[in-house]
Amino acid sequence: MARIEIDGIEKRFGRTPVLRGIDLDVAAGEFLSLVGPSGCGKSTLLRIVAGLTREDRGAIRLAGEDVDHLAARDRDLAMVFQNYALYPHLTVAENIAVPLVMRRLTTAQRLPLVGRHLSGSRAAHAAIAADVARVAETLGIAALANRRPGELSGGQRQRIALGRAMVRRPKAFLMDEPLSNLDAKLRVEMRSEIASLHRRLETTFVYVTHDQAEAMTMSDRIAVMMDGAVLQVGTPDAVYADPDDLRVAEFVGSPKINVITADAALAAALGVDATRAPDPDGLRLAFRTEAVRLVDPTGAALAGRVVHLENFGSDLMVHLAVAAAVPIVVRRDPHDPRPRIGETWGLSIRPDRLLVFDAAGRRLRSVVGRGA
Amino acid sequence: MTEMSVSAPADRSIAGERPRRPHEERAAWGLVGPAATLIGLILVVPLIVVVALSLTDYQLGAKAWRFVGFANYADLAGDPVFWRSIANTALYAVAVVAGSTGLGLAVALALQGSGALAPVWRTIFFLPVMASLVAMAIVWEFMLHPTFGLVNAVLGLVGVAPMNWLQNGATALPALAVIGVWQQFGFAMVLFLAGLSGIPTSLYDAAEMDGAPSAWARFRLVTWPLLAPVTLFVVVISTIRSFQVFDTVHALTKGGPNKVTEVLLYTMYAEGFEFFRTGRAAAIAVVFVAAMLVVTLTKVLLVEKRIHAR
Ligand SMILES: Nc1ncnc2c1ncn2[C@@H]1O[C@H](COP(=O)(O)OP(=O)(O)OP(=O)(O)O)[C@@H](O)[C@H]1O
Ligand SMILES: [Mg+2]
Repeated sequence: MARIEIDGIEKRFGRTPVLRGIDLDVAAGEFLSLVGPSGCGKSTLLRIVAGLTREDRGAIRLAGEDVDHLAARDRDLAMVFQNYALYPHLTVAENIAVPLVMRRLTTAQRLPLVGRHLSGSRAAHAAIAADVARVAETLGIAALANRRPGELSGGQRQRIALGRAMVRRPKAFLMDEPLSNLDAKLRVEMRSEIASLHRRLETTFVYVTHDQAEAMTMSDRIAVMMDGAVLQVGTPDAVYADPDDLRVAEFVGSPKINVITADAALAAALGVDATRAPDPDGLRLAFRTEAVRLVDPTGAALAGRVVHLENFGSDLMVHLAVAAAVPIVVRRDPHDPRPRIGETWGLSIRPDRLLVFDAAGRRLRSVVGRGA
Repeated sequence: MTEMSVSAPADRSIAGERPRRPHEERAAWGLVGPAATLIGLILVVPLIVVVALSLTDYQLGAKAWRFVGFANYADLAGDPVFWRSIANTALYAVAVVAGSTGLGLAVALALQGSGALAPVWRTIFFLPVMASLVAMAIVWEFMLHPTFGLVNAVLGLVGVAPMNWLQNGATALPALAVIGVWQQFGFAMVLFLAGLSGIPTSLYDAAEMDGAPSAWARFRLVTWPLLAPVTLFVVVISTIRSFQVFDTVHALTKGGPNKVTEVLLYTMYAEGFEFFRTGRAAAIAVVFVAAMLVVTLTKVLLVEKRIHAR
């Protein structure tokens, strides 16, 4: 368990800047997710923390110590790769044992056949076998010990990869989209399993994903990255309900947040004091699907025609065409009376859930703050 | 091989769905026919002829011949030159297979991802594979020449006395083996380069994270095991090619001095075309084919085992 400090990391590949000065402070024992669209530099950042890629500028500190001069193997971190990166020629038990074999045995003791008969080797091998068995037991893969990765399902391979990371007690776990190769159902299962693993191990986790649902459900805090920069770091609640940037608001949450462009008049009608904004006519107003209700259209500031209904069983999503190009989505209880396609409804937005951004997408908190 | 791949799909679809109709059967034979005929003419018929010859006392150009059963084989079994020849061939093969596989792997590892000049080096190292060995043998003859050869000149710089490499009983076979390695390692290198590019880089990252302490440890953990199928293939191919060594022996040593470079195919050539004992030469050819068959079957078995182990 160790604190990870990421300090002003910059990286370019050729002439393209991939990371533009990343600062992050991961507390000891914290579960931090790095989330962002494909290509924003998440993996690159994780590899820099791991020591697999060298940064151009900045510093990484682990448990307060500078590790920039250390090779990956000396940083005492464990990593789970997106494609699992299991050694195909080794059995499950051998795969899990590799980190221990590499660290506990001498070069001579690692030799095939002879290695086992060297002094102290027998005891070391036995200790490794015991540790591997313990981890396999924890992950429920003991029965697979003698199989090879090629004979396993995706979910089983995922567990082996976790086992290989867990078998040592590393300072922190780095995970790069470990669930992205699994099917949807298994992904949800493994989500809670990894979260409970984190609680049990009480170790720092840095978890990379482009799936905001994974980040929301598992993390203590989320760092939203875009174009090589961290836009916001905060708890899932804060990132969801109180985003600093329109891009964060749009990336986090499913279905996507509603955004309308409003001139001063519309803004005023929705309770926003646009006069305090630098550019009152270029405001972008955003609100979550559950922060808006369908009401009688007469006298409503905003009204639209129902164009599509999506029934998820637990929720009914009503899509309404308003003046804005993108339809507005309203979440409703499916047991309430259902609107019909073609009907016109008014929209009532909870003023405390209305988020105001300027034309560049920066949050304008002074115009309407939360609960204003 | 060709026969199976041509006929199998047709068989399966027909057998799976409905009884085979006569015209379809004819069509299938028609399709398989050309390939089967070719295989028969090129491979099977000559093989049968050779086996048949090996059971006779036929001599090249002779009018009459007799069936002698296994007499040729019995003669061979009692002929020290033949055993000498087998031993030399095996020695040569072991040296060349080990040398060309090892050197090929080493060069491939060195060239892998080594910048803009890699393709140039790759081409240079592959040239001997494509060159005519008889022509190259003449070049080597000059290089190894006892008085004005380059090898002696270079060794002279470090104080080694000049040697007659190809006429010295202790160095003739090793010299041929060096030429063999020089000729074959480029082939191994190309295959190893292809194999290396097929190893996922994430495995090296994993090895690094897992604490593999040295390049050697990473090689043992990832590279070597993942190259195993390529290595097996390289070893089999270069074994077969080493057993076929003939051109250099014929051009440089003619089996001498004192039979230290007498190898299987050269013995066969000498029996057949110098002593005109065709039947006996055919018997050597049959032994040679049998040896090749053993090598190939061993490879097939090893591959099967690997597939079942997976
Ligand atoms: N070794 C490399 N050489 C050159 N460019 C690279 C290299 N690695 C990454 N990049 C580039 O850096 C950018 C960020 O890559 P990175 O893999 O960090 O993205 P990511 O956020 O992990 O995306 P994804 O969600 O698709 O995995 C991409 O544009 C990518 O093309
Ligand atoms: Mg990535």
